[in-house]
Formats: sequence, structure tokens, C-alpha cells
Amino acid sequence: MQFGIFTVSDITEDPTTGRTPTEAERIQATLTIAKHAEEVGLDVFALGEHHNPPFWSSSPTTTLAYIAGQTSTLQLTTATTLITTNDPVKIAEDFAMLQHVSGGRVDLMLGRGNTGPVYPWFGKDIRQGLPLAMENYELLHRLWREDVVDWQGRFRTPLQGFTSTPRPLDGVPPFVWHGSIRTPEVAEQAASYGDGFFANHIFWPASHTQRMIALYRQRFEHHGHGTAAQAIVGLGGQVFMRKNSQDAVRDFRPYFDNAPVYGHGPSLEDFTQQTPLTVGSPQEVIDKTLGFRDYVGDYQRQLWLIDHAGLPLKTVLEQLDLLGEEVVPVLRREFAENRPAEVPDAPTHASLVAATYGDEAPRQATPKANRGDNLAGPSPYQDAKATPAAAPAGSAPVKTGSAFGPAATR
Amino acid sequence: MTAKRIVVVSSGLSTPSSTRQLADRLAADAVSILAGRGVEAEVQTFELRDLAHDITNNLLLGFAPPKLEAALDAVAAADGLIAVTPIFTTSYAGLFKSFIDVVDTQALTDLPVLIGATGGTPRHSLAIDYAIRPLFTYLHAQPVTTGVYAATSDWGGTGAAGEGDGVRSLPDRIYRGAKDFADLVERTDRSSLVRDPFALEGPSGHLIGGLAGE
Repeated sequence: MQFGIFTVSDITEDPTTGRTPTEAERIQATLTIAKHAEEVGLDVFALGEHHNPPFWSSSPTTTLAYIAGQTSTLQLTTATTLITTNDPVKIAEDFAMLQHVSGGRVDLMLGRGNTGPVYPWFGKDIRQGLPLAMENYELLHRLWREDVVDWQGRFRTPLQGFTSTPRPLDGVPPFVWHGSIRTPEVAEQAASYGDGFFANHIFWPASHTQRMIALYRQRFEHHGHGTAAQAIVGLGGQVFMRKNSQDAVRDFRPYFDNAPVYGHGPSLEDFTQQTPLTVGSPQEVIDKTLGFRDYVGDYQRQLWLIDHAGLPLKTVLEQLDLLGEEVVPVLRREFAENRPAEVPDAPTHASLVAATYGDEAPRQATPKANRGDNLAGPSPYQDAKATPAAAPAGSAPVKTGSAFGPAATR
Repeated sequence: MTAKRIVVVSSGLSTPSSTRQLADRLAADAVSILAGRGVEAEVQTFELRDLAHDITNNLLLGFAPPKLEAALDAVAAADGLIAVTPIFTTSYAGLFKSFIDVVDTQALTDLPVLIGATGGTPRHSLAIDYAIRPLFTYLHAQPVTTGVYAATSDWGGTGAAGEGDGVRSLPDRIYRGAKDFADLVERTDRSSLVRDPFALEGPSGHLIGGLAGE
């Protein structure tokens, strides 16, 4: 089981001081937070994507690449990468690059985004949000698995003989999670590809998360990727801790009451009761988190939001210390207890390489000499035969065709 | 035969409220008309006043707290809705509109609706037709032609036809609206058709239909 943190990259006034950090301060603070996450023994750091103030994370792979250079074990991922407004070609390229520079310590979480104007800013129509997510992912999935792609869809210019470079590290695409708060179609999408499903689990009641996960698990099994218990589930969560409960509530209340998302709405007490938010002692966080398993089953990844709503860096680092020293070691032990053998861990690069190649050496993509284009032969790679055949069900069969080769007649 | 489910939503702000009184009378007539045709109906009534904080929180957060969720689920799975609001400043009460705003945009499709409104003066009676009815037609509900408006003075009338300005009496209008409504409720099988997108006994094929590579 993996434990980590995710950030939405908001730049919010600290309600206790009235001071708003600069972009530069918040960006540097986030880099410090990510490095400290590794230092305290967490597994995962996830970064959001936004294209409007007061957020700073417009270019997640740039940030994650830097963090990769400053860390050695931390798994880097996104929360989320916008599959609707980003060009799937650029996602394929950026994350394959990130795989290479991070040594395979990368996966990604796809989402549709929650900011309406982002669609027109990137030339897209929000009314087509769901079809965009479906079509773009279908292309992204192929770009990582087929050396040469001929493709045509509704939302993007067609591709003839296109090769996304670099090829994924060791010929193994990054693992993909699909994130959604309330859209059953996204659970279905994750299930049909055999990908992971991540439930936001912050803003909505647990009963809702339970239904989304149940649907995803059942459809995962339906699509033939394993049993429902083997589906790959991630959960969000939100915690604020002090050594004792009363201090936590007292210190967090001004941040809660003024937070961008739920501030000036329900009381801290009501929201804590109705959603997975936990404000209290490390033991309360342990108890609440262990309870998640009761309604989603044994799962693979737990991420917490700990750095939003204007919380100062010092406080966030204290949260990380408590997570690393008191919470996560207990959770690792307790979650391992009675975990059925059939329940897999979250896929990593190493596990995906092993699943794809067994004992054989993984693919090392080696281009042929530059001919100026990809269209005159079956593949621009010398090792094209070694393309892994283990594309998950639901994807198109692996093809290395071209507009003028055998693929042209399909 | 299973009972028809009628949900009553009243957004009167005082207790007791004439809005609730109108809502109860509309419901009582509808139930007795249906009973006269051998159709059983069960009525569930929600006072939006009791849900006001939840409605605001839903607007801010995007999800309904438990008490509001029960009301939204009831409306979505109803065979008929009796919706009654006071008229404030020429239109529906803000609380009423806020409630409609947190109802899922598909949840009222094909739902028979009887609209009622209350106000201090009969001069606002057309608000039913220029303000409230468009809400329900936009949401693909089926508001019945007769809307029932009760001005303060209506509650003091004798109930005799032809009294005052020649309009039919409030009890007559309530009966007429309830009958139009009952006609639709009697015919609909809506509550048996409501589909849950998370239901696990769904179709065996692909849920997205051609968009995800199948």
C-alpha cells in the first residue's frame, strides 16, 4: 500500500495573518514539501494542474521533473492531468520524458478539470467534456503502445505515421489512474482499460465514494482484468493533526472557515461528520483512515491533502512529520493485516516491467537512422519486433503499421 | 398495484405558513381524486425552511447533506410533484429557486408538476406562468396547465363561486388543479423507471457506448 500527499497548488491568504504568499514562495514551498515527503518516508507526491490564478501549477511535468532530480524513491504523479484540454500527443511525450528522467518513478491521474473557462482557453468545448476525455485517452493509450500511429477522431487533427518520442521507458507506459468525483462513466473508462481509479474522497460523503468504487470494481471484473478485489483503487483524504485533538480543531478552524472550497459553508463539525476530513490527533487519523477499508475494500493508494487553504509551510512540514512518524507506520502495519493475497499492490514501473517481460530484458527502443519521415517503412525503430505484446484488453491490438504499409489496408 | 408517490415541496418561510396550507390542500384533493379512481397514492412533504442551511451548503460544496439528499431522492423518484412557493418581489422565493438549482438537471424529466403560489395580493398571480412554469418546462417536467394562486384575501372568501372579481373560488381552483395533476399522475409509471447510474445490476455491455474503444 502506498501513502502520500497531493496538492492543488492554490495560493491562498493565511487567514490568521492576512498575508498571501507570492507565487515564488509557494512554488519553493511546494518543492520543499515534496522533498520532505520523501524524507519522512511517504511514497507518493501528486501535483494538480490549473491554468488560472490563484493557482500556480500550469506545467506539472516541469515541476515533477525537478522534484525527481531532488529525490530518489518518491513516486511522482498528478492530481489531475487534464485529459480534456491537453493534447494527448503532448501528454504522451511529456510523461514518457518524465519516466526517463525519473527512472520510472512516475504515473499519472487523468481528470476532466473543474474550471469551465479552461476549455475555451485551450480551444475546446466544455459541453464535449466527457467525449473529449474518452477520445483523448484512447489516443494517448495507443501512442504509448504503438510505435507508429495512424489515427482520426472528432476533436484533434488526424495523425498519419506519427511516433510519440521518446518511447516509454523500457517499453512500459506509465500506469494511469482515472480520477472523478461523481461521474460513473469515468469509473467505467478506468475499468474497461484495466487502469486504476482514484476517488477524490474529499468533498463528498463517504457513501458516494463507496458507490463509485463498487461500480468501478464490478466493471473491472466485467471487462476481464481480474476479480473485483484486484481492481486498483486510490483514495484522497484530508487531515489536520496536532498531538491532541482540541489543538488540532482550534488551529485548523480559521483555515477551514475561510478555505476556498468549503469556507463560509458548513461548520467544521458538520463537514467532518459528513466527509472523510479528519481534524484531530494522529490516532484519530489512523482510526478514520483504517475505516476507509470498510467501505471501499482493500486498496492501493492513500493520498492526503495537507497544504491548502493558506496553511503556512512550517505547519505543513509538521503535518508531514506526524504522518511519517506516527500515522503511516501504523497504517502500513494495520492495512497489511488480513489483506487477502490476491489483492495486488499499486503498480510501479518495476512491477509493470516484470509483468510485461517476465525474466526477459525489457525493450530498449533504438531508432533507425533518420530518413526524414516515418512513412516509408514499417517502423522507425530497429527493435520494433520487441514491442511488448501485453497491451491490456480493451485497447486496440498493437500495430506497427504506416499509412503506406500493411496498416493502410486495415 | 404499488402506490403512486407524490412529493410536496413547500417553501413558505413562516410557521404556520399559508404556503404549506395551500400545498396540503392541493395534496389532499389529489389523493382523494386518485382514491376515487381506485389509485392509491402516498404523500411525502418537505418544508424547504427545514432544509435551508443544507441547500446553501449544497450550493457551496456540490453535494447534499443527508437530510437534503433524502428530499432530492424523493423528488427524483416521484410520480408527481406539488411545488408551492410564496411570491416575493414578482417571482418565486429565493429559497425555492435555490432548491430547484440543486436538483439534478435530469431528475425532473417527465415528472407531472402541480404549481401553487401564495402572495399578499392577487396582482401577482401570473407569476406562476411567467416565472415558475418556465423552470419546470426547461427541466422537461410536465407542469399541469392549471396553476393555483392563493392571495391572502382568498383565505377569507366564502368559497362561493362568483364571489369578488368573478374568479372561481380557491377551493374550486384547488380542485381543478388537483384533478389536472391526478390525470397525469394516474397515467405515469415514472417512479418505476427511474434509473440509478451506480446500480450494479446494469446492462452487461459497455456503459459508455462506442467511446472507449468498443
